[in-house]
Amino acid sequence: MSSTFELTIRPRKGWQAIDFKEVYLYRELFAFLVWRDIKIRYRQTLLGGLWAVLQPFIAMLIFSFIFNRLAHVESDGPPYKLFAYAGLAPWTFFSTSVTQSSNSLLANHQLVSKIYFPRIFIPLGAIGALLLDLMLSLGLFSVMMLYYRWPVTPALLWLPVFMLAAVLAAAGSGLTLSALNVSFRDVKYVVPFMVQMGLFVTPVIYPARYIPHRWQILMGLNPMAGVVIGFRHALLGTPASWEVMGLSIAVSLFLFASGLLIFRRMENRFADII
Amino acid sequence: MNPILEIRNVSKQYKLGGRRLRKAETFRELLQRTVSKPFGQLTGLRNNGAPKEDLYAFWALQDVNTEVNQGDIVGIIGRNGAGKSTLLKILSRITSPTEGMVTIRGRLASLLEVGTGFHPELTGKENIFLNGAILGMRRAEIIRRFDEIVAFAEVEKFLDTPVKHYSSGMYVRLAFAVAAHLDPEILVVDEVLAVGDLSFQKKCLGKMGEVSRSGRTVLFVSHNMAAIENLCSRGIVLHQGKLHYDGTPKDAIQYYLNSLSTQSGTGHVVELNGVGDRRSIVAPLLKRLEFFTENEQPLVEGLSIGSRLKVRVHFDLPRPTASFNVGLGFNNSYGQRIFTAHSMFEPSRSIKEQVGPQVFACEIPSFTLMPGEYAVKVFLELNNSEADAIEDAAKIRVLESDFYGTGKVPRNGAFVLKHAWYLEQAADAK
Repeated sequence: MSSTFELTIRPRKGWQAIDFKEVYLYRELFAFLVWRDIKIRYRQTLLGGLWAVLQPFIAMLIFSFIFNRLAHVESDGPPYKLFAYAGLAPWTFFSTSVTQSSNSLLANHQLVSKIYFPRIFIPLGAIGALLLDLMLSLGLFSVMMLYYRWPVTPALLWLPVFMLAAVLAAAGSGLTLSALNVSFRDVKYVVPFMVQMGLFVTPVIYPARYIPHRWQILMGLNPMAGVVIGFRHALLGTPASWEVMGLSIAVSLFLFASGLLIFRRMENRFADII
Repeated sequence: MNPILEIRNVSKQYKLGGRRLRKAETFRELLQRTVSKPFGQLTGLRNNGAPKEDLYAFWALQDVNTEVNQGDIVGIIGRNGAGKSTLLKILSRITSPTEGMVTIRGRLASLLEVGTGFHPELTGKENIFLNGAILGMRRAEIIRRFDEIVAFAEVEKFLDTPVKHYSSGMYVRLAFAVAAHLDPEILVVDEVLAVGDLSFQKKCLGKMGEVSRSGRTVLFVSHNMAAIENLCSRGIVLHQGKLHYDGTPKDAIQYYLNSLSTQSGTGHVVELNGVGDRRSIVAPLLKRLEFFTENEQPLVEGLSIGSRLKVRVHFDLPRPTASFNVGLGFNNSYGQRIFTAHSMFEPSRSIKEQVGPQVFACEIPSFTLMPGEYAVKVFLELNNSEADAIEDAAKIRVLESDFYGTGKVPRNGAFVLKHAWYLEQAADAK
């Protein structure tokens, strides 16, 4: 920044686009915030980063027992444990991301009220740090693949697309919810409930084909439905359902764009009311 | 050349009632508000265009205008709630103004709190990087200045210890050290020198002085008048959201101290009827006291140490008298007499017979009692015996200021005196 740098501060009202130039200018800070979240997440825990994989792994064991053994829910091909884990990995990422990012502004109220930087870094930083956890749990998944001798298909190339969709869906929800949380503490009660219900309306522990055909499109409105189907398709080669996945990706994009706009609209009041 | 900082008609409104409501607002309330809003605005328009919500509106800043040139060190003073912090928050873009605009021509960094973003679980080293980044430093910049920061903070041995194990002194030192090595063109600093031990405060003041000499522009909020007087090239007084005074730091401080006194309720005039502990042997002859400071500015309390004090004593002489004297006694908060001013000590006084209402003025060119509160006793003597006396007639507050011109505030003793120190040749030196 040279001394010819000039900035004008005016009253801010109404809808505005994200200032991408500024976001780029502050990019190093974003990296630092993600790094901070990663560093402190498992500080002073015995198992440390192992928690990243333990959560979906234990959930996988319990769900296999209850739904597969007791309730006789079947996967659509692969061993149920693999099937469940392939769904739980992205779902855990999504649910933890939404929970943590929706609470992130309040948790960092000191930063919000004492220093300026693009506010979107706070909810997005929380998600960035969780992306590492997703990578770790996918690492464990590859070990499980070897154990079950399940083959990798070329569909694996689709994985980054669905990871991106998961990030966009989580970021969109997180941005909107965190902004709302500053004004309305209702969010604190809504989010855990939403996340809990989400697990059941998303085909995480059952295959998508269990949902009647005429409801399939409706299911696609849940961004994570398409992401979970997509993850399984990419990782395990299970049948893809392109209408549902396409719709989910579109919904994720919409959530992200609207999240950015809503956040931007509300952010200039953050410091005054947090 | 354009000023580096222009503040034009800046106002900031907080909605007090609305704010409290919004903090705990639920969706149901929002829904109600949203539904009733159009109607509210319509009725609001009918009420002289002032929406109903504004009943709770509070202007933290009102129509503030000023320009800051490069190299200016501006001290901003004012009472709590005068709008100082709000102004700094607008300049640092933490909150946006309700009206007006600000133009900033340069890189601005703000330090509204020491250690913003410090995380207790992270080590000293990690916090230096994180805090540096939060304050706007580049990674490369932090790496380049890392050793300097560590040396300034004196925490070399504890770099790999989580800061939650630091003593509060170490914590503050480290936090300030990072901030002190920022390299912006404009630095905005809120009351941050109030933390840390005395020796570290001195170090920070030294660093601030260094920054100011390097030609950078600084806006600086402090209640430490000595620091303002010593560091700043310009002083601004904010009062109830408005810019009341803009001038040299010395004048701004005086203005502020005077505004403090006129705010204290009693005013600079004390009617002696019914105040204090009175003993009237002849009659209640003493009528009124008036207090002034530099340039005949009215004052009740809030006199900066070493400045002028003038007291006018109004009284009545019932019959023609030549032998009358007036005294003023100053007692400290323990009730000990620290100083007595008495008209019998005035050598140039002409003794003349007087009668009726009188005004006797006492001037103290430099009131050098230590900062604190003093109770004033006033007494009138006729024919060398006490005729009327009032203990605790008024109170005078002496405030810290840079008496010695060094930025160092005297703390011990009962009063200050101008004095000098110099080295002389030692007798046994070769």
